[in-house]
Amino acid sequence: MGVEMEENRGAFDGHRAAELMAELREAFGSGRTRSYEWRVAQLKALFRMIDEKEAEIMAALYSDLAKPELEAFLHEVSLTRSACQLALKELKRWMKPEKVSSSITTFPSSSEIVSEPLGVVLIISAWNYPFILSLDPVIGAIAAGNAVVLKPSEVAPATSSFFARTLPAYLDSSAIRVVEGAVSETTALLEQKWDKILYTGNSKVGRIVMAAAAKYLTPVVLELGGKSPVVVDSNVNLEVAVKRIIVGKWGCNNGQACIAPDYIITTKSFAPKLVEALKSTLEKFYGEDPLESKDLSRIVNSNHFARLTRLLDEDKVYGKIIYGGQRDEKKLKISPTLLFDVPHDSLIMKEEIFGPILPIITVDKVEESFDIINSRTKPLAAYLFTKDKILEEKFVNNVSSGGMLINDVALHLANPNLPFGGVGESGIGAYHGKFSFDAFSHKKAVLHRSFGGEAPARYPPYTLKKQRILKALLSGDIISLVLALLGWPRS
Amino acid sequence: MEELGQKVSFDSKRAKEMVNELRGSFEEGKTMGYEWRVEQLKAILRMINEREADFMAALHSNLSKPYFESFLHEISLVRASCSLFLKQLKHWMKPVKVPAAITTYPSTAHIVSEPLGVVLVILTWNYSFMLSLEPVIGAIAAGNAVVLKPSEVAPATSAIFAKIFPEYVDNSCIRVVEGAIHETTALLEQRWDKIFYTGNSRVAKIIMTAAAKNLTPVILELGGKSPVVVDPDCDLKIVAKRIVVGKWGCNNGQACVSPDYIITTKSFAPQLVDALKSTLEGFYGKDPQQSKDLSRIVNSEHFGRLTRLLDEDRVYDNVVHGGQRDEKQLFIAPTIVLDAPLDSLIMTEEIFGPLLPITTVNKVEDSFSVIKSRPKPLSAYLFTKNKKLEEKFAMTISAGGILINDTTLQVTNPDLPFGGVGESGFGSYHGKFSFDAFSHKKGVLSRGFGGETPARYPPYTPWKQALLRDLINGSIITLILALLGWPWRE
Repeated sequence: MGVEMEENRGAFDGHRAAELMAELREAFGSGRTRSYEWRVAQLKALFRMIDEKEAEIMAALYSDLAKPELEAFLHEVSLTRSACQLALKELKRWMKPEKVSSSITTFPSSSEIVSEPLGVVLIISAWNYPFILSLDPVIGAIAAGNAVVLKPSEVAPATSSFFARTLPAYLDSSAIRVVEGAVSETTALLEQKWDKILYTGNSKVGRIVMAAAAKYLTPVVLELGGKSPVVVDSNVNLEVAVKRIIVGKWGCNNGQACIAPDYIITTKSFAPKLVEALKSTLEKFYGEDPLESKDLSRIVNSNHFARLTRLLDEDKVYGKIIYGGQRDEKKLKISPTLLFDVPHDSLIMKEEIFGPILPIITVDKVEESFDIINSRTKPLAAYLFTKDKILEEKFVNNVSSGGMLINDVALHLANPNLPFGGVGESGIGAYHGKFSFDAFSHKKAVLHRSFGGEAPARYPPYTLKKQRILKALLSGDIISLVLALLGWPRS
Repeated sequence: MEELGQKVSFDSKRAKEMVNELRGSFEEGKTMGYEWRVEQLKAILRMINEREADFMAALHSNLSKPYFESFLHEISLVRASCSLFLKQLKHWMKPVKVPAAITTYPSTAHIVSEPLGVVLVILTWNYSFMLSLEPVIGAIAAGNAVVLKPSEVAPATSAIFAKIFPEYVDNSCIRVVEGAIHETTALLEQRWDKIFYTGNSRVAKIIMTAAAKNLTPVILELGGKSPVVVDPDCDLKIVAKRIVVGKWGCNNGQACVSPDYIITTKSFAPQLVDALKSTLEGFYGKDPQQSKDLSRIVNSEHFGRLTRLLDEDRVYDNVVHGGQRDEKQLFIAPTIVLDAPLDSLIMTEEIFGPLLPITTVNKVEDSFSVIKSRPKPLSAYLFTKNKKLEEKFAMTISAGGILINDTTLQVTNPDLPFGGVGESGFGSYHGKFSFDAFSHKKGVLSRGFGGETPARYPPYTPWKQALLRDLINGSIITLILALLGWPWRE
């Protein structure tokens, strides 16, 4: 039990997946994962693990992504730690049934909503924030009382193997398991019947996951991506705006983040100022030779490197580079690159970039940017920089996206009181904070009645008199209501 | 105004055109405003008031549903729902302020409800009026354009909707499409922003698979075998009445929340059976076929299905009450079966009809493992005076919803989410949950240009890292200094 790793027992195929499922169902069926004490023990163990293994975690992240230590610490380690802490602090409250008001039609009665675990859930994680995107959902699933299987991304192998060897040493392996692997292992997992699946990744695989889930009517949370636009108004504090855009793009895994600013829209008149400010701040942050900067992640692997260079080298686009464009294939590095006024039908304006390239397109009036955004599929995040409160309100009310952030970039995921998730092509469902607990819970309605409060008018044979009483009751006529409740007139 | 589904076949091309029109209306912003939503809801309320007789007649035509039931369960529930929405909509539409986190200080955070776009509501036949309008009201209130596809198994209500609805609501944004598999398939080939389906799990899988092609979120309101546990420690007379009216008084057992089967102790079963028999006679008379207070079976296909459940060898011999049937009238008498084998059809398939099996156990607590060994139902009921048993049931039995000491009423409380879990579905609606079901909850964080933390920006120095570490570990002094943007080190 426990420390044995899946990979030591040969290929993880459908047979092994079914065995795994049977074991976890038994664990869940035993009731073990439902108790407050068990959930707290797991969360505390996770917290301890993050403390004790911090160096190992950072090393894995560096190996997978060359992620700067400050980023790894800030975005992965400490956010995960906070998620744990929040769950530990709030769990008792989250687990309490929520009393709701009872309606007159069921008087006398009391009603509540009880949160119960769904059962055995599958979490399929991504490679770009491999630590937090694995553990954040796991924290939610555990807090909600489920048994969990985590399938980390094979594209971040060091972090994946960290989980495979470390989680069993801290957590209850009878109910929480890690399965490493790629397409074939994931397929084997998806053939099982899960009570919920949370997938973080791209929309192509998102469709595959949902179709597999459909076979068992398994509900899903799909955290996908999209092209998150940044609208920059001329009425801004340009210095601050530019710093925030840069750190939100290149300071978040070098643009490889689902909520990375994908492209900028600004006015033709303001663009030159914006471009100048971006260029000079980029140089301040990453130096004259950014390929040498230690403060930028590298591109995760050669597949993605090729993908990004393809976007850059498209005929329509190549001449539009106004900053950067250097690359080092051996080191998997592409320098922060700005493009100006690329054609709207170029690849780089159609596909999610997920890299260190930032196109800037221009419009005449800043409001036109809303139409551009709305003409595309709904993104995971949309950003606006402006001091104009009216423009801000228009943006919020007219642009649809998973989440929105005004005058900053990427930060909204750090507020656990906001649901984090997509809409349309950017995904289904949400999590973070209590939303994670809710995502992995069934909200069961419970209505309690006693044997009093009989309303004879309710029972057959249905007479006109009874119908009158009930009509009166339902139209809110107080006197008839009281009479009916007192069981009068009796038929 | 198009006459859909009448002369010209409603195929994929027509479906695409219709969706494009509705998308155009949505993108113009027609459905966004509070005024438009209120206008539609008021129109629906007016429609219910003005055309009540037409709808009641259609419901009666489909199912011989007693007027009383139609009024109570369908018409008045929808009316109440409309009124609730009209009263609360402004409040529901308002963004909800949430606390801002220290990590994003200073900032304000809101959750904004926005419409999803163009949604499809696929309806079912048994509560063809209520189950049609309830989700549609939610979709409209949330600001969406809507297509309803009523069930062809309830042709009278479907036709009435197709005819009357367009006279009241804004047809550029709300449409009715009649039809069966062919039309539904054409609809499912389009891209929707949400699909709401009420029905059975077989079709649900087809719908969710089609939805997956476009990453369309779905709500599936399915069924299951909703068990009723009867503890000997109860008020038997009231229990019998509430079970009978919940079963046969709700569309003659053809309801997703219908008590499907009873579990009680071996010792108590005889008393329970007697009480049920005498209550049945009190409600429906000695010859229930003459009672006007029972719906009929919806069609001959379902009649055949139910008689198949009843006539299975080991089941028929265990009939302790009823069993009579009249195929021409689509009538099956209220029937009780005692201790049918647990693997018989009647104990494994959702009954959805006037047959009520009773399964006995030694101790009432044994009923829990019976229920847990089966797929999760839409509802689970328990009759008991024992508070401890009640609590154990509510906390450990997993079902869409639970009702203690009554049946079916949970659907009438708009403050309770109504929906399934596992095989009985996912997602929920009713009341504000309907509004939420058809909304996207968009998190919005708003900052000003103040509150700069230099430690956040490259180049990342060990000093900055130390500062941020302290900050995040909650060192108050560092926090304040950092928030004041000090020390500066550019």
